[in-house]
Amino acid sequence: MIETSKLAISIGTHDILHGISLRLPPGEITGLVGESGSGKSMAALAIMGLLPEGMRAEGRIGLDGLNLLDLPERELCRIRGKRIGMIFQEPMTALNPLMTIGDQVAEVLRIHEGLDRKTALLRARDRLDRVGLTAPRFPLTLYPHELSGGQRQRVAIALAIALRPELLIADEPTTALDVTTQAKILDLLKELVRDEGMALLLITHDLAVVAGVADRVAVMQHGVIVEEGPTEQVFRQQLHPYTRALFAASTHQPRLVLPSDQPRPLLQVEGAVREYPLPRRGLTGRRDSLRAVDGVSFHIDAGESVGLVGESGCGKSTLTRAILGLDRLQGGRILLEGQEIRAGHAMPPNLRARMQVVFQDPFGSFDPRWTVEQLVAEPFHLTGRPRDWREQVAEALFEVGIAGDAMRRHIHEFSGGQRQRIAIARALIIKPRLIVLDEAVSALDVRVRAQVLDLLAQLRVSHGLSYLFISHDLSVVRRITDRVMIMEKGRIVESGPTHAVLETPEHPYTASLLAATPQIPDGWSVHEQVNGVALSFPEP
Amino acid sequence: MRVSLILGALLSGLALVAAAVSFFWTPADVTQLAIAQKLLPPSAEHWFGTDHFGRDMLSMIMVGARTSIAVALVAVGIGMGFGVPLGLVAAARSGSWLDETIMRGNDLVFAFPSLVIAILITAALGPSATNAIIAIGIFNIPVFARVTRGAALPLWTLDYVRAAQVAGKGRTRISLQHILPNVASLLIVQGTIQFSLGILAEAGLSYVGLGAQPPTPSWGRMLAEAQTMVALAPHVAVIPGLAIVVTVLGLNLLGDGLRDALDPRLRRSP
Repeated sequence: MIETSKLAISIGTHDILHGISLRLPPGEITGLVGESGSGKSMAALAIMGLLPEGMRAEGRIGLDGLNLLDLPERELCRIRGKRIGMIFQEPMTALNPLMTIGDQVAEVLRIHEGLDRKTALLRARDRLDRVGLTAPRFPLTLYPHELSGGQRQRVAIALAIALRPELLIADEPTTALDVTTQAKILDLLKELVRDEGMALLLITHDLAVVAGVADRVAVMQHGVIVEEGPTEQVFRQQLHPYTRALFAASTHQPRLVLPSDQPRPLLQVEGAVREYPLPRRGLTGRRDSLRAVDGVSFHIDAGESVGLVGESGCGKSTLTRAILGLDRLQGGRILLEGQEIRAGHAMPPNLRARMQVVFQDPFGSFDPRWTVEQLVAEPFHLTGRPRDWREQVAEALFEVGIAGDAMRRHIHEFSGGQRQRIAIARALIIKPRLIVLDEAVSALDVRVRAQVLDLLAQLRVSHGLSYLFISHDLSVVRRITDRVMIMEKGRIVESGPTHAVLETPEHPYTASLLAATPQIPDGWSVHEQVNGVALSFPEP
Repeated sequence: MRVSLILGALLSGLALVAAAVSFFWTPADVTQLAIAQKLLPPSAEHWFGTDHFGRDMLSMIMVGARTSIAVALVAVGIGMGFGVPLGLVAAARSGSWLDETIMRGNDLVFAFPSLVIAILITAALGPSATNAIIAIGIFNIPVFARVTRGAALPLWTLDYVRAAQVAGKGRTRISLQHILPNVASLLIVQGTIQFSLGILAEAGLSYVGLGAQPPTPSWGRMLAEAQTMVALAPHVAVIPGLAIVVTVLGLNLLGDGLRDALDPRLRRSP
């Protein structure tokens, strides 16, 4: 069994982790929960002996009476992969694109067990079968690019468990995956732990995921484990204020906004079609095309918040691009306040100015070379920059809760949550009617997410905004939208009032999405709903 | 970061100062022959010694710096001036016929060995430093076009470019306001590399007699003339060689330092 006691990591004089004591018994899943920057990934890297240069670990990581921190690199290499396996968040980059999946799994066996290629491939076959990539459909000769994200994560798991390690560390293994894929991968991990008697350290920011699979859970804040115990007990008791704050944030309900009594259509999408040509099959083959958006029609009223839910590849991004006037449609039309949206130069600036967007990635949404005031002022290009543009930028930043001294700073000086607020300020600056929120809160930690959702609800009231809220996360959509549309393979398969669709889904796809969404069991959160106040730290 | 910037500026500044000073003053006249004093080793009177005509090597190096720097600078200027816009256009219209035309045209230029083109140009126009500049400059164009396009392409998929499109900006404006500043650091590094390659290319062209013509001194020609005398007086070859090495090294360090200094992410906030 692997056990850490009083594990501490520091860089220079700065402590990153402090007094981490974790027991990882075989056959058990331990969840390690915390927000970004809490040090949970560092704990995993320390156990693997893969800490970045310059970091120092102290304390003890015990394995068979040995302290892994004392072992030289050469011996750690023998333990890594063989007795401790690890999988990462991003299945797209965790595999070598130039090696077949069979060779990649076999490589581990050849390095550690000295098997010849043939035997190693046989064993690799067995391991891939074990993770659900079975023989005829998934030959060993496949390359990573021929697999989907979920399948790649399975290969990564096969790699990690190839030598039946005693401990598997999974660092956000499902964060980059769709909900239905996530559910399958979590099931697989659970099964593997049960059948192979492995210990699993599951690192995640998602309380609901932990609630569903972990036997024990440790909550981490600022490099310290603040609470630890059997999952149900920790979830029911929530002894530490930080645990309580996390729970409050993850179920936080922003203020209710009532839509207007006299609905007036703002955005109308009528039979939108968008096709992409697929590569020719062979030299003479027919050129097929993919209908990314297949006859989609819907409308958004002024002041309404509408959710668009679907998994990756369902066409929601393509649809968004068309609505924003960045891509042409091949059929149908999109109207904003009665004026047709046409991509390119044909779209008049004053029409564009009625619509803005907030993207998912708080890191990629800003030009790193511009100052915040330049960034926020960029949409003025549509309206002409007013003389008092600096005042207006300051006003917009104030509305989203960013201090005025931010104006001349660069974007890298801000945290993810602050960047997302700045992105909202940029969208607000020219007072649009509609804001498209493209997975705008998906990359944020729960507490920051709750704050941003509050901000969005409040801005909707004060500015009379409409939202098109695009997300794969049903629990967020539930809390911020009036109506929801479920999209699958380019079509909207179900739509209606959010509570109705999510409580009594009619389409089987909606039902499967709901079933796959991890949830904290109803009885577990015994605490009364704490309102916004809980976001600051209440005293115990 | 600071170290490479300062060291690079010092080393490449040395060549620049030498070139600048040579306009007003050199230790000796480079057109003055003194056969009696040929091939003297470095001494107090002639710091770098003398060459086979008895000319002062220090003066030769100083005047030669002018040619080398001018050729390399103008050649990089030609390469950037044409190559960067072409690369930006190709990236902004990636996949279109315009992109194809530009990039295949690039391939065409790349396909010719630079020396062959230089020979063609000199055959048509006669050997001179100007023609060396043109030949080297033409070969810088596809280098800059490729680097620019390659660096710009991934930027076009980023959200801040989409945000600019949503703000109604066209491709030209986005290229100038967002893409160019973000590929600039790469271009600066490439620029210093091409600058040093330009010095080497000028040296090479002069070496085979296609660059600067006598009596104009150039580092490359000094090397070429020293070739037969290496065994007799090694300093005649070593000194122009060192001048090239020091300048190229300085430029590379300067490029690295500049890239870091110009990136707001690596800069301390004020």
